[in-house]
Amino acid sequence: MNFQLIGVNHNSAPIEVRERLAIPETRLPDAIRTLVKQPGVEEGMVLSTCNRVELLTSSQQGTDVRGFLSLYFGVSPDTLNSHIYEFRQRDAVRHVFRVASSLDSMVVGEPQILGQVKEAYAIARGLGAIHSALDFLLSRAFAVAKRVRSETAIGSSNVSISSVAVQLAEKIFGSLNGTTVYVIGAGKMAELAARRLMANGVGKILFSNRTHERALQLAEAFGGEAVPFEQLHDTADRADIVLTSTGSAEFLFRRQHGERFLARRRNRPMFFIDISVPRNIDPEMNRLDGIFVYDIDDLQAVAAGNTAERKKEAERAEKIVEAEVERFASRLKSLAVVPTILSLQEQCETIRQAEIDRIRGRLGNITPEQEAAIDVMTRGIVNKLLHTPITTLKSSVAEPEAASIHDIIRRIFNLNSGKPNK
Amino acid sequence: MPLFWLRVALSLYGVGLLYAVVSLWGGRPILTRVMLPAVGLGTVFHFVALVEYGMLGPAVAPSFLHEVESLLAFLLMAFFFVIYFRYKTASPGVAVFPMAFLLTVLASAPSSLVSSPSPGVSRGWLIIHIGLILVGYSALLFSFFASILYLIQERNLKAKASGGGFWSWLPALATIDEIGYKCLVFGFPFMTLGLIAGSILAEARFGAGYFRDPKILLSILMWVVYMVLLYTRWSVGWRGRRAAYLAAFASGAAVLALLVNTGWHGFIKP
Repeated sequence: MNFQLIGVNHNSAPIEVRERLAIPETRLPDAIRTLVKQPGVEEGMVLSTCNRVELLTSSQQGTDVRGFLSLYFGVSPDTLNSHIYEFRQRDAVRHVFRVASSLDSMVVGEPQILGQVKEAYAIARGLGAIHSALDFLLSRAFAVAKRVRSETAIGSSNVSISSVAVQLAEKIFGSLNGTTVYVIGAGKMAELAARRLMANGVGKILFSNRTHERALQLAEAFGGEAVPFEQLHDTADRADIVLTSTGSAEFLFRRQHGERFLARRRNRPMFFIDISVPRNIDPEMNRLDGIFVYDIDDLQAVAAGNTAERKKEAERAEKIVEAEVERFASRLKSLAVVPTILSLQEQCETIRQAEIDRIRGRLGNITPEQEAAIDVMTRGIVNKLLHTPITTLKSSVAEPEAASIHDIIRRIFNLNSGKPNK
Repeated sequence: MPLFWLRVALSLYGVGLLYAVVSLWGGRPILTRVMLPAVGLGTVFHFVALVEYGMLGPAVAPSFLHEVESLLAFLLMAFFFVIYFRYKTASPGVAVFPMAFLLTVLASAPSSLVSSPSPGVSRGWLIIHIGLILVGYSALLFSFFASILYLIQERNLKAKASGGGFWSWLPALATIDEIGYKCLVFGFPFMTLGLIAGSILAEARFGAGYFRDPKILLSILMWVVYMVLLYTRWSVGWRGRRAAYLAAFASGAAVLALLVNTGWHGFIKP
């Protein structure tokens, strides 16, 4: 069995090349059908996302899918060759495992890729383009991805500012359900973070801005409430999370404000996210029990730390993938002898039946018990004779001379002609 | 036989102890998977030991202190599992497992301080008194553990430690806070009723004089601090550092009251 994978990704090709190769979902079935019609190709699958386009095939002899790619997309082979990567056999298996485990992604550990691979697999399978070897490979890839996800923390850390803000808020409040967010100022970043917090279940959102009009607009857009800027210090304690991004040159909140908020909130914690430069919140406030202040640098530091953490986890994940590639290869080898074992058993069974039929006439009238005894005896003989060849076949897969043992057994039992020897 | 089951439980708690120790160095996923079934099974065996002990009846002199240690360890484990199923966090285990392990070690050691209830003290009342008090103790201890975890998590968040970090497995601050508070609220009626049962028991036997005993004074002090803890939490929402101090004080008094043998609890002396 030959696996072959060719493709381009964000590392190998610029966006100009990737977009010419990208296949819209509507054309995917056509592309897959055309792919499996290529000479030699037995099974095929096409993965097309914004960061990669990959063709995965399996064949008996190995094929040239490059030609197909350049023909199908009308891209000159020269352009393609400088950007394309190609993996065969073990390397192809490893690549599929790495892609599914999100180790080959632009943001390592991002969770979408596994879903995209699963979808591509489902489409190809629905068209009948995947049925045996690729099926085996892909289902293994999904298991590997699951293992990587559960055994490493590769997907657990956040690397963007707004997701870090959500991560920290969840570290403080547990679930964000029912919490209140106060957005002060109206920067693009603040809006983005607010959107992200809303998506994670925040219950209520308040807006305040020096220009009250703007606050009203945002409140309408998000289904929140606009609060006049003058009432800032009287209303801020309503919020669990306060997000500031104003152009104010002075601190909006100082330590004494924080003390007042805590008293009014009966010491329930508050989380201040300050993404403005210059800062809107006095860092002194972070010293108060129950108040947590993160400015933009703090958030970035957490994000950077998460990135480093991911790198470390990715190294562990690579080791898992390597071990799984090894396991897959040995399973594949043992799979190769399965058809031989089956045809061996089939052939002997045919011979046994034929011999029984031949002597039945000479036996005359026999009782059902006698017939059963003959059946048991002949089966026993066949099984005993086949025992050694089958165990030898199975145990040979790990040995270097596996192919020749396999071949010898096929020849001895004449399994290649397809006809049992009489 | 009860002692045998107790020792089985002890060896299973050993896995929990190991888990607690290893967790402090970052944790090992394999140990985490083994830990829960092990301590769960340990708790079941512990329960078997307790039931068997109970069925031996008053004819057998219970080594009073050992029984108390054993029951307290069991209750701590039971609390741990309630919290685990409710909040899906095993983090209190870091404090609970070593404690339960230590208590069980003490309980399963050969008894040197054999003591039996002196005649005239109703075994039933005694059991009710001890049982209620110990449930209260476990709740208080849990609340104390929770306030320590709260402090750690708070410090962690304030230090702005990036990445996963050392204590990244701790649950959210609000969850820790809720565990601590719920334990406190749950334990209070048990503690109160336990003390009342003890007073009735003592007064019936010794008259009003029992009040002057240091052990009793400690218990009452503990109860008052407990009430203050509950009140400040409820009225002004004290948590974190201040709650931890109070809980530490109350737990300290509770443990002292448990261990101090002033001689006044005459009915537990040989």
